[in-house]
This record gives sequence, structure tokens and C-alpha cells, in this order.
Amino acid sequence: MKSMTIQEKQQSIIEEFSIFDDWMDKYSYLIELGKELPAIEEKYKDSQHLISGCQSRVWLHAELKKDGKIYFSADSDAVITKGIVSLLIKAFSGHSPDEILNADMDFLEEIGLKEHLSPTRSNGLVSMIKQIQLYAKVFKLKENR
Amino acid sequence: MDINKIRAGFPILQRKVNGKPLIYFDNGATTQKPKQVIDRISKYYLEENSNVHRGVHTLSQEATDLFESAREYIRQFINAEETKEIIFTRGTTESINLLATALKPWIVRGDEILVTTMEHHSNFVPWQQLCEERGAKLKIIPIERNGELDLEFLAKMMNPYTKLLAITHISNVLGTINPIKEIIKIAKDKGVPVLVDGAQAIAHTKVDVQDLGCDFYTFSGHKAYAPMGIGVLYAKFNWMRRLPPYQYGGEMIEEVTFEKSTFNELPYKYEAGTPNVSGVLALETALRYIDETGINAIAKHEQKLLKYAEEKILEISGVRVIGTAKEKAGALSFVVDGTHPYDVGMLLDKMGIAVRTGHHCAQPLIDFLGLPGTVRASFAMYNTIEEIDIFAESLKKTVSMLR
Repeated sequence: MKSMTIQEKQQSIIEEFSIFDDWMDKYSYLIELGKELPAIEEKYKDSQHLISGCQSRVWLHAELKKDGKIYFSADSDAVITKGIVSLLIKAFSGHSPDEILNADMDFLEEIGLKEHLSPTRSNGLVSMIKQIQLYAKVFKLKENR
Repeated sequence: MDINKIRAGFPILQRKVNGKPLIYFDNGATTQKPKQVIDRISKYYLEENSNVHRGVHTLSQEATDLFESAREYIRQFINAEETKEIIFTRGTTESINLLATALKPWIVRGDEILVTTMEHHSNFVPWQQLCEERGAKLKIIPIERNGELDLEFLAKMMNPYTKLLAITHISNVLGTINPIKEIIKIAKDKGVPVLVDGAQAIAHTKVDVQDLGCDFYTFSGHKAYAPMGIGVLYAKFNWMRRLPPYQYGGEMIEEVTFEKSTFNELPYKYEAGTPNVSGVLALETALRYIDETGINAIAKHEQKLLKYAEEKILEISGVRVIGTAKEKAGALSFVVDGTHPYDVGMLLDKMGIAVRTGHHCAQPLIDFLGLPGTVRASFAMYNTIEEIDIFAESLKKTVSMLR
């Protein structure tokens, strides 16, 4: 089976969310995703992996495996934030640096989570997306050396 | 106090948020504004706008008269001795920065400045920076687990090197009302000057600076139904007359030559640049509004809200109230076991309820309490028991979603 592109994955997340017309169902699902997010290795929950969001803390770890793809793992102390991180991981994990760098980053807006992108919400989502791209850039540079 | 009439006077309370009627419990951050205050600003710009002081034309003189009579009203409101002790600033933060800058030459190596664990960053960082710059020592008065200060300990922390006690009247996180008069007396007996941060007090309790006996008292207009960007530093004349200016230019100048400048008298010495005239006039309107409603009636109503809210949320399992001092006002902080404050705040917002979450600009306190932050509901005169019922129901729903 051919694996899905980032765009296809984003599309499927958008479709998954489109069935909820009520905010409570949407957030319940997000919370569920947050709770199901596989735990990050404890050693990565350090200041090096901490993304500075103001209110909830997020740790993001990335690893370039032999298949040339980046695998992300993450955690947060707030469960809604964790749910959102899990969407990012779902979309971007298992892709090459180039695929990530060329991807559209705005898909969260389409599932009505735009409010989390606002800096005043202080959940560091914007920094999270930047960090994902930064990892991709760094791994790309390393590959090309 | 007719709560329906009061509510009708605050246009924004008619708003819906996320499809639900707005329940605004973020008054500790800023209060909403009554129509009189909003109208006062537009009246100024529709009919009265002109730069104050030194203008020879009619509009300028009128604006100056209004501006100075507002200062006189504010003097009465906090019962300062003299009008020149009322300095207009942008707010509490600027007031404290002003003072920390002006006091700089007076602080020398080895001096000590006292603050408490429950200070807002605005009454902490300026003193921390001043101490660092001058080689002085910042000493932190600890608090008890319930959020009260130990006055005996506080007294023991004062010594001949103590140059200032900077302390909040009411804690923005814990809601603790410090026994400020008693504390000032202890400090006075030891010869220590006192700055009181009244940001969380001015809209909730009677403030009489002469009765308190403090050297400095500060508050922001916007936490007391006035617009943002205007605040007051009350400072005893004998202090400010001896201290250097904070900013230069505009009204604070007396005479300038290429060689030298001399500075205007108080309070103008500390009011560089064109002042926020509409803000000052609207602040007067807001304080008159408080006075007409009656600060005691407001305090009584808010006490009722605070007690009721505390009872209601404690019915929900896992809720812990943070700050259980005997005397509290304004703020109700809490955490819910097994949830993060951010998640609670996000979901409450979805239900139309505005609360604040996080460290509330008091990180040292939050660290001391060993929490990731709190959820804070803070009340104003226009909040109601019915709103608290909806809030408690919504919180219950929130908690069941998160667990």
C-alpha cells in the first residue's frame, strides 16, 4: 500500500473533524486524541525539547531514521494542547525533510482550531509548527553534508 | 444596590461569546466600563479636546480646569492630603517603575528592599532590577500556605538597612486582603517607608491613604471601571520633592537653556509629555460612579459572590481553592486535580465564561505554591449569583470532559 502524503493526511484529519457540528464533540475528540498520544521518552522532557508557549508546556522530539524520514514524538501538560500536537504528529511524522518543508501548515484553521493559532492563547502552537519546520531544515542540512 | 440597573449600564454585558451570553469573570485583569465612562471619553473629543496647561485660548483653559479638577476629585477619593501628591501615570506598572527610577540614587550597596511572595511582577521586577543595579538586597517575605502573611516574621525582616517595603494591598492571585494598615504601622515603627500596590484594591475596598499612613499608593484606572492607560501614583510631597525626575520633556520642564534645565513643581515634575487628558476625566467619572454606587455596598455584594462561588465550586470533586486567607476580596483561584488550568479555561470560554488561567504575572508565587498555574475567577459589582450558578455548572461539565 502506498503511504499517504502529508496533504492526504491533512485532508483526512479535516474530514474526521467535519462530522462534528458541535464544539463539545470536537473538543471531546481532541481531548481523547490528547489522552491517546503515545508517551514521549521521559529523557526528552527537558528544557532542550521544551517549546516556549506561555501557559501549557510542550516537549517535542524529532529523529531522522535510516529511511530518511523524520519521526516526531511529543507531550504536553495540558490535554487539549496534547490533542493538537497529536494532529501535527499525525500529519508530519514519517515524512522526509523536503516533504515537511513544502507542506501547507494551515490545515488546523480548516478544522476550526484557528483560535489556538492566536498568540494570545499562549499554547505555543505557532512555535510548535515552527519547531517542526526547524527540525526538518536541520535534518536536511545534515543530510546534504 | 440594584444589580439589574447596574448591569444595564454596562453595554458590553449584552454581548454573546461563542453563542452564549457573556459571563465576565476576568475583572482582576480589567473591568468592563459603564456607559458614563465611555461617554465621558467621547464628550471630551467631541466638545473639549485641547492640550492642557500653558494654552492661552479658551479650549485649553477649559481642558486644564477639567483636568485639574479631576485631580482634586481623585485626591478626595483616596483622601490624600494635597492635590500635588496625585501623579498621573499610565497605570500601576508605570507608577512603580517611576518610583523605582526616582529612588535609585537613594539606594546604595548593602541596602535592603522588602517585597512579599505574593507580589505581581510589576511590584517585583522593578525592585529586583533596582537592587541588582545598586548592589542592594531584595528580601522576600514568605507567606503561609493559606496565603496570609506572618506579621511577626515580617517585622523581623526589617532592619536599619531596609529602605522600602513594597507590598500589595490585595493579592491578584490569592485574593488575600493584607492587613495593610497594621503592616504599615509595623514598618513605620521601624522607620521603613511603604509602597502599597493597590491595583486589586481600589475597586473593592475603601482606600484612605492618610488613614493607612503609607508613603506611596498606586492603582490603575482600568481595573476600576476607567479606561486603560491611566493610573495614579499617590506619593507624599516630602518624598517626591527631593527625588529626581523620571522622564524629561513637556510639562515637567520649568526653564531650559543650552547649558541647563530646571524642573516644574509637583506633581508636574513627574508628568512629562502630554498627559492622557480624556483618561483622567474618565477616571474621575469612574471613581464617581463607584462612589455613587457606594464602595461598601459593592464590597458587600462582591463578598457574597466570592463566598457563594467558593462554596459552589468546592462541591465539584477534585477542586482545590488556592488562597484561603480569612480576609479575601475579588479573586477566586482554584485548580482541579487531574486537569491543567489552560484546558479548563479553554472549555469555559467555549461556554461563554471568561476566566483567567496561568501564573497571573506572579510566577514566584505560583512556583512557591508548586502549581502549573491556577484558574482565576474574579468578580466586579455587575456579576450575579445566577452567573455563578451557570459557571459552577459549566465547570462541572468541563471537568467531566477532561477527566
